[in-house]
Amino acid sequence: MFLGESLAVSAIIFGIGVAGVLFRRNAIVIFMCVELMLNAVNLSFIALAQQLGREGQVIVFFVMAVAAAEAAVGLAIMISIYRHKESVNLNDIRLLRG
Amino acid sequence: MPGVGWLWLVVMLPFAGFLANGALSFARPDAKRLVSAIGVGSVVLAFLLAFGIVQGVAGHSEAPHVMTYWQWMPIGQLTLDLAFQLDPLSSVMLLVVTGIGALIHVFSVAYMNDDPSYARYFAYLNLFVFFMLVLVLGANFPVMFVGWEGVGLCSYLLIGFWFSDRANADAGKKAFIMNRIGDFGFLIAMFMIYRETGSLSFVEVFAAAPTAFVVGGGVITLITLMLFLGCTGKSAQIPLYTWLPDAMAGPTPVSALIHAATMVTAGVYLIVRANVLFAMAPVSSFVVAAIGAVTALFAATIALKQWDIKKVLAYSTISQLGYMILGVGVGAYAAGVFHLVTHAFFKALLFLGSGSVIHAMHHAYQHTGRHEDSQDMRNMGGLRKAMPWTAALMWIATLAIAGIPGFSGFFSKDEILAMTFARGGEASAFFVLWAIGSVAALLTAFYMTRMMLYTFHGPNRTGTDEEPHLHEAPWVMTGPLIVLAIGSVFAGLLNLPAVLPGSGWLHHWLEPVTAASAQFTAEAHIEQATEWVLLGFATIVAITGMVGAWMLLKPEAVKPAAEAPAETGFGKVIFNKWYVDELYDRVVVRPLMWLSDLVLWKVIDKGVVDGAGVNGIATVTRLVGWIGSRIQNGRVGTYVLFFVVGVWFVLRVVTV
Repeated sequence: MFLGESLAVSAIIFGIGVAGVLFRRNAIVIFMCVELMLNAVNLSFIALAQQLGREGQVIVFFVMAVAAAEAAVGLAIMISIYRHKESVNLNDIRLLRG
Repeated sequence: MPGVGWLWLVVMLPFAGFLANGALSFARPDAKRLVSAIGVGSVVLAFLLAFGIVQGVAGHSEAPHVMTYWQWMPIGQLTLDLAFQLDPLSSVMLLVVTGIGALIHVFSVAYMNDDPSYARYFAYLNLFVFFMLVLVLGANFPVMFVGWEGVGLCSYLLIGFWFSDRANADAGKKAFIMNRIGDFGFLIAMFMIYRETGSLSFVEVFAAAPTAFVVGGGVITLITLMLFLGCTGKSAQIPLYTWLPDAMAGPTPVSALIHAATMVTAGVYLIVRANVLFAMAPVSSFVVAAIGAVTALFAATIALKQWDIKKVLAYSTISQLGYMILGVGVGAYAAGVFHLVTHAFFKALLFLGSGSVIHAMHHAYQHTGRHEDSQDMRNMGGLRKAMPWTAALMWIATLAIAGIPGFSGFFSKDEILAMTFARGGEASAFFVLWAIGSVAALLTAFYMTRMMLYTFHGPNRTGTDEEPHLHEAPWVMTGPLIVLAIGSVFAGLLNLPAVLPGSGWLHHWLEPVTAASAQFTAEAHIEQATEWVLLGFATIVAITGMVGAWMLLKPEAVKPAAEAPAETGFGKVIFNKWYVDELYDRVVVRPLMWLSDLVLWKVIDKGVVDGAGVNGIATVTRLVGWIGSRIQNGRVGTYVLFFVVGVWFVLRVVTV
């Protein structure tokens, strides 16, 4: 039940995440958009798990764990960048340009 | 009596000498006695062994003895063997090379005694004898070619023996490059012979030739002309002769051995060896004869005005080689070989004699510390008082080369001219060649007498301080001269003409080799009366030349080289060798340099290879890299965009 609606919401959230990553310049916002995408995927897993079995729900826990670890590392990196550059705007962080 | 089975040892003895002396030149360069023993001993032993072998097989069978040692290159249909061939022709060459070679090795012991590179010298000389034996004994064209190239290498090494002097090294290079032009012809001829007959061994090629080729056809003419191109390089004929006078930069015994007696006669040997092919190509044969005659005359004119004693002999050698080439060109193959043998004796004698003179002059100048040219005849004069033996022996050789009756050169040169005259019945052009040859004979007598006159007669011009220090050479040097002088007088007995009570022994000896060509050449017959007239005429020519030189030239009027006035008029032209070297420089060398510099180097090499090739690839790589680096702009958003587009693309491709 609600499968179509659930997948639609998931797709919308994912699209918002992609757009945010592509067009926003603030690293924190981009980071949150990445989380949005992860959770959009989680939602589709949950929705599909009702029909296809419980493995999807297990994957969701796995993704949450990874996302938590990623958040810890990512935020730590951003703090040290902020200490160094006094900014988390990605336009200011272009050390690897060719 | 050693059998033919020992033939390999004749060849390997000098090679062993080369290895031993080569090792000694590095390990113990001061062990001169050991070096001399090995160097001279190996060649003397080779001569004795060769003599025994030739004695053993003489007259036993008509067919050549072919000794196959191993398969060298089996390539499809073609099998090349390392094989030696002993037949009348190669046995004559074998004895000349080892015999004259042994004498010159003995002479070198004293001549080169003071040289610091004594061991290296003998190593090269032994290596030369080895390659020369490979050349004359090879049973197929490629083995002969190995010897042909090998003697060229040794010639190069020995011309540039004193390579610390730039001019000597350049002379060596010149000889090598000129010979390469000839070798190109030899190679092309070999390829064509293989294509036409399917073989390269002498026995098979010459047996197949009468059926494989059309007499006077284009193919055979081209093959023989290409072979002859090889001969003009090796035997110093027009147009490739200019290296030989420069080759005199080497030690004098080398000039005697390589550039007079043996290596330069390889071209004559090649033509006689391939006599069937040449006899089937009358046009080529005429070209050969014409080039020979013109070279004989042309070189003789240059010899008239040279002051360097070795240069006179060098041009004389070219001129005499011209006679041999003329002889084999008119189909008188035995006569060509006959002149080759007699010339080997008297020209080796002349060169070694001049070596004695230069040796004496050099030591006299060394004694007083003056730096004058010890080869310039203007610095000599009156040397007969100091060096009576050398003077007498060189006079014998001069009489021989001038063609005074009784001496060997008279018979061999006369036979070539008589055979040329005899062919006049077919085409009157041969009369012209005969006339050219006769004029050259006149000049030969003249310039040789001039050389002897200026060297040994008249007042001495060496210098008052130096004159008492001029001494006769030691016996080690005069000994070989005496042996050569005996040969110069009596070698004529090998092939006395029929009008004199002679049997034409050499002619019969070589018949198994030349018989195959006999069917293609008309028997050149001369009336006995005509032959007497020709003999008489040749005598008159020789005597006129010698007496003319004696009457016209005034050795008293010659000034030492340092004070001598410059040549003028026509004398200047022939003193400068008809400006042929300058002509070659303008026509060949400089355009080639210009082409190499402006086109090949600056356009092709720097422009195309370096510019478009090496640097071009680098530029393209950098451009692509630059474009790639623009994508790496450091903006995470751009990367994500590519990433998203990529994912979308992959999903489209994979899932559809």
